[in-house]
Amino acid sequence: MILAKVVGNVVATRKNQRYENARVMLCQQITPEGEETAYTVLALDAVDSGVGDTVLIVQEGWGASTAATGKPQAAIDSAIVGVVDYIDLLKDE
Amino acid sequence: MQLARVIGTVVATVKNEALEGRKLLVVQTLNKDLKSIGKPMVAVDAVGAGVGELVFWCRGKEASFPFKREDTPTDCTIIGIVDSDGHVTNGSTKTARQVMDDSR
Repeated sequence: MILAKVVGNVVATRKNQRYENARVMLCQQITPEGEETAYTVLALDAVDSGVGDTVLIVQEGWGASTAATGKPQAAIDSAIVGVVDYIDLLKDE
Repeated sequence: MQLARVIGTVVATVKNEALEGRKLLVVQTLNKDLKSIGKPMVAVDAVGAGVGELVFWCRGKEASFPFKREDTPTDCTIIGIVDSDGHVTNGSTKTARQVMDDSR
């Protein structure tokens, strides 16, 4: 799973039918310290996340598909499966 | 999944049987500001996309799921067409109209 920040969403009328009623969120990967990286990714929302949230994204097909649509074997490779409250890191000595 | 712009088509007469009748498109992956990142790649089309359109693609094994998945050899498939550049919200305060005006 990766940590990411939700920065927006995408509207697509014409899309794979398994995406019906799903929200496609535009996310930017972040480091555990909160710094943004260059990697942006689209993920289906399975937990009602919103813009500005720090989220957990699973990037494995079976898990992403079942989390986002309730059924496996959809053409989904990323899904938001959690909204992060906080991250506790060991302080540098 | 990532955003991409369709920048061309690929014609291949000799190809795997499962790819017969499938459209092959060259896509350039974009970041959240719709700027190009990385190298272009070839994707199989599952939604009827065309050159110039803003789309998103799915990678890996899941890319074959829109087709007969056991025998369609693809690792990158276009699975959605974004309505317009203005339909991507990315934290900027620009409205859809402004984005469209800028791109003219």
